[in-house]
This record gives sequence, C-alpha cells and structure tokens, in this order.
Amino acid sequence: MAFKIIASQCTACGACEFECPTGAIKFKNDTYIIDAKTCTECDGHFDTQQCSAVCPVPKTCVKA
Amino acid sequence: MSQPFTISLDSLMQPLDFDAMREAATSGGCASSSCGSSAKPDDMDEATWDKIKDHPCYSEEAHHYFARMHVAVAPACNIQCNYCNRKYDCANESRPGVVSEKLTPDQAKRKVIAVANEVPQLSVLGIAGPGDACYDWKKTQATFSEISREIPDIKLCISTNGLALPDHVDALAAMNVDHVTITINMVDPEIGAKIYPWIYFNKRRYTGLEAATILHQRQMLGLEMLTARGILTKINSVMIPGINDEHLIEVNRWVKERGAFLHNIMPLISDPGHGTHYGLTGQRGPTAMELKALQDRLDGGAKLMRHCRQCRADAVGLLGEDRGQEFTLDLLPEEVVYDASKRAAYREIVAEERGDHVRAKEQAVAAVRRNSGDGHAILVAIATKGGGRVNEHFGHAREFQVYEASAKGVQFVGHRRVDAYCMDGFGEDATLDGVIAALEGVTHVLCAKIGDCPKDMLVAAGIEATDAYAYEYAETAISALYAAATAAGGDEKAVA
Repeated sequence: MAFKIIASQCTACGACEFECPTGAIKFKNDTYIIDAKTCTECDGHFDTQQCSAVCPVPKTCVKA
Repeated sequence: MSQPFTISLDSLMQPLDFDAMREAATSGGCASSSCGSSAKPDDMDEATWDKIKDHPCYSEEAHHYFARMHVAVAPACNIQCNYCNRKYDCANESRPGVVSEKLTPDQAKRKVIAVANEVPQLSVLGIAGPGDACYDWKKTQATFSEISREIPDIKLCISTNGLALPDHVDALAAMNVDHVTITINMVDPEIGAKIYPWIYFNKRRYTGLEAATILHQRQMLGLEMLTARGILTKINSVMIPGINDEHLIEVNRWVKERGAFLHNIMPLISDPGHGTHYGLTGQRGPTAMELKALQDRLDGGAKLMRHCRQCRADAVGLLGEDRGQEFTLDLLPEEVVYDASKRAAYREIVAEERGDHVRAKEQAVAAVRRNSGDGHAILVAIATKGGGRVNEHFGHAREFQVYEASAKGVQFVGHRRVDAYCMDGFGEDATLDGVIAALEGVTHVLCAKIGDCPKDMLVAAGIEATDAYAYEYAETAISALYAAATAAGGDEKAVA
C-alpha cells in the first residue's frame, strides 16, 4: 500500500514533499521519490492522497 | 541647466571607474543635485515615494534607472492556471514562470550577492515563480532572511496567486516586505472557472466554481489585509480575449476599492509550443492595440502599470534587458562577499540624473499641452538602452518604449517587443516586417541612429523614423517632435 512518482513527468517542484503527512517523500538524484515503507496513502490522515492532490502534472503521483 | 550629463547610464553597465563616474556626473551644466527638484510626483506622500522610488516595477520613472532580480526558490504551487505549463523550462523563452534553474535559499544568496557586486542598478529582489512564494513559504522566508542580513537595503518583493497569502501577511510585514503582487484575473467565480481548473486548499483539491470562489475570497482577503498594514500592492491581471477582457474593468474597480496601488494588465502569452491549456486549445492573446484600448478605458480607475515586460522568473537587470544568463549557478564563484560600493556610487549619480530628467520632463509635458491646440495625438516609439533617453540604434533595439503625446501631455503607454533588425551589420527584411507589425498604431520612431533603407520602409508603412533627437530625454524629444508636427499643421510627413 503505497504511492509512487513517475520520475520522467515530475517537475521537482517539491510540493508533495512538504504536504506528505508521513514524511515519506525525499529528493534524491534530481527527482522526488516515495518511500514505499513509510507511505500510508494518507490513510488515517486525509481522505485523498496529498501528493496526488497537489501534483501539477496529471497521473504523476500514482498507486504503486 | 538642462544640458544633459555627459555620462551615459549604459556606460555604467561596463566595468566601473568611480572617479570617472563622479567626474562625469558633476561636469554637466548642472553641477550638483541641489537644484532642488525631486522626482517625487506632487500628489504622492513621502512615505509612499520612499517605498517606490527605487522600485522599477512600482515606479515607471524608476524603471529607467533601477534593476530587479528574481530568484526561483519557491517552485511549489497550489493552483493550476490555464496559461501555465509547469513542465516548461527553457532559457530562450522570456515570460512569467519560465526559469532555467531552481535555486536553494543558499544558492540564491550567493547569486544575489554576485549580482549586487556586478549590477549597480540592482535595487529589488523578488520571488515570482515558478510556483507560489506564499504557498512554498519556508523557502521564501529562508531566502529573504538570509539575503536581507547581507544586503540590508535591498527591497524584498513577492508575487503570489493569493490563495495562501492571508496566512503570511503578518510575517511579510515583519520581514519588511513592502511590495506584494497578487495575480487577480477575475472577481466573478463563473469567469474564474474558465481560467483555473483546480486549486489545492485545506489539504484537498477543489475544481470548478467552488475552486474559483475560494480563490476569489482569499485574494480579496489578502489584498485587504495588505492594505490595512500599509504594504503596497500591485495587481497583475492576464488579459484573455473572450474570457476576462471586458471583466477586467470590474476587477480594476474591485481592487481600487480595496486599496491596490497599481493594476498591471498583461497580455496573455499563448502558443501551442508552450504546452499550456490555452496554447493547445487555440486561445489567442490580445494585440498591442487591444491591450492599449482596454488600458485607456481604465483611465481614472486604479493606477495602471504600463511598463511591465512580463519577465522571466529568474530575470536579472533593468526591465527591458535580461542578464540572467550571466549569472547561472555554474558561473557563480563559490565564495562571494558583498561589496556595497558600486551600488552606492550608482545611486549618487542617479539621484543627480534623475532630478535633471524630472525637470526636463516637466518642461516637455507643459510644452506639449500648450501645443495641443487641435487636440491631436501622436504615438511615438523610442529606442532606448535605459536612462529614459533616445539612445539606442534602430537596428539594435529589442524593444521600443511607446509614449503618447496629446492634450494630456506626454504619457508612457507601453512597450513593444521586437527581434533586433540588424544582425552583424546586415538588416533582414523579414525581421523589419515583424518590427513594423509590432509598431501597429505608432506614428513616429525616435532612435539614436537609423539607416536610409529601414527608414524608407517605415515611411512606406506610414511611420516616420528619425535620429534627429538622438540622446535627448524621451519626453524632450517627443515634445520637440510634437511641436514640429503642430507647426506643420498636423502634416506629419514634414517632421522627419
């Protein structure tokens, strides 16, 4: 149960990093990546996944 | 007294020799700045003047002398606009939101100090995309606090869509940010829904009318809060023909009522190659004359900014130029130490030049009013390198500053961007056609030098071009031109 970022589409704006309630997103090698072990898909925090709600590029923060 | 100073401002862009600069500045007819005239408009209070006098975006007059730089430190955004494509990134584009490299606050500090050491005109540091300075707040705050420690007199400025603005107004005031630009494209959510597909607010995404309603309410709240704290606001509105062009008259009224200092109507920039929603769906931008017609209808409302160049989010330099490519990260030294001397010397000289310019301008405006017997108007394009003077060759101009001379005096009404006609000494006819198209509505062109060939082609297009007023202040030159046109009984052919 985790989300992932399609690196080729990511603009590296970083909004997902500070919106993530579990701190699962980090900047590595010029792109942001989601740590699958830490990601909870925002379960227990929000109704919708924050990374996907704020991401400016459609279909870039998606279910892994 | 009105003899121009022998120093040219563009010479200050070269490596500086302070003794030469000082000597030149004081060897003109007017030996000091003690003539008493300040550039401050009579109807403005001292406190406001103090805030805007060195800000190229807030004072049309200041933009001839002072430069800004933007640092792209806050790339995250909380809304999507139909004129913006967040994936776009190109060094050859010049428009808002476009940037070649994003910076961390530390890198931004290094860059700002390097620029301050090399560009003495620098007076303003702005954070203006890509992204939203208020939403990506921690990076904005870190950048401002580090840089203002190093360069205490630099003016801090942000640009925002307004959604997160109310959360940070007090912090902005505490950091002495006294200029905030809010992009407001509508005051009617029905229209907003055609401009903004979604917003991210309170931890969720909103779309449609609901999104536009929230955005509108937050924008108005933010604007009112800034006004209440004495922070000057500029409202940017993108003019989108068929969507909000007529509506911007209503926007102007709303923002004026809420204390906006300036309203800047900007033409939509739209091209399929930009990959924006509007670009891909064929939404066109307005022509220069459509923009001017709307601006003219707003005369008497919130004061308009007409000298905006819609600069890049990493622009460096005077508004008409961009020196950003001289200061990319790979070109910056590892260690930089701020040296205040060049900026200080430049300010001294500008203070003198500026007083002289204001006096010349007053005389020129009065003369035009006297000569406006039959109320005719001319639209004059000036080729300039800065300093408010006719001092650029026609073929080298990458933009023309456009002034209108009429019964109202001489007013700056905008600029027209062009491709330089002359490359390596040769003129391109195709480029000249583009220049002529860009000069739509213009009756006269004043420049430092122009060849017979382009001059004849301009005449054929109904535009009189002359270098007879080379190196004069724009207003002085236009006043003389206007008088000549009047003397010739309105026969503008007699002018050149």
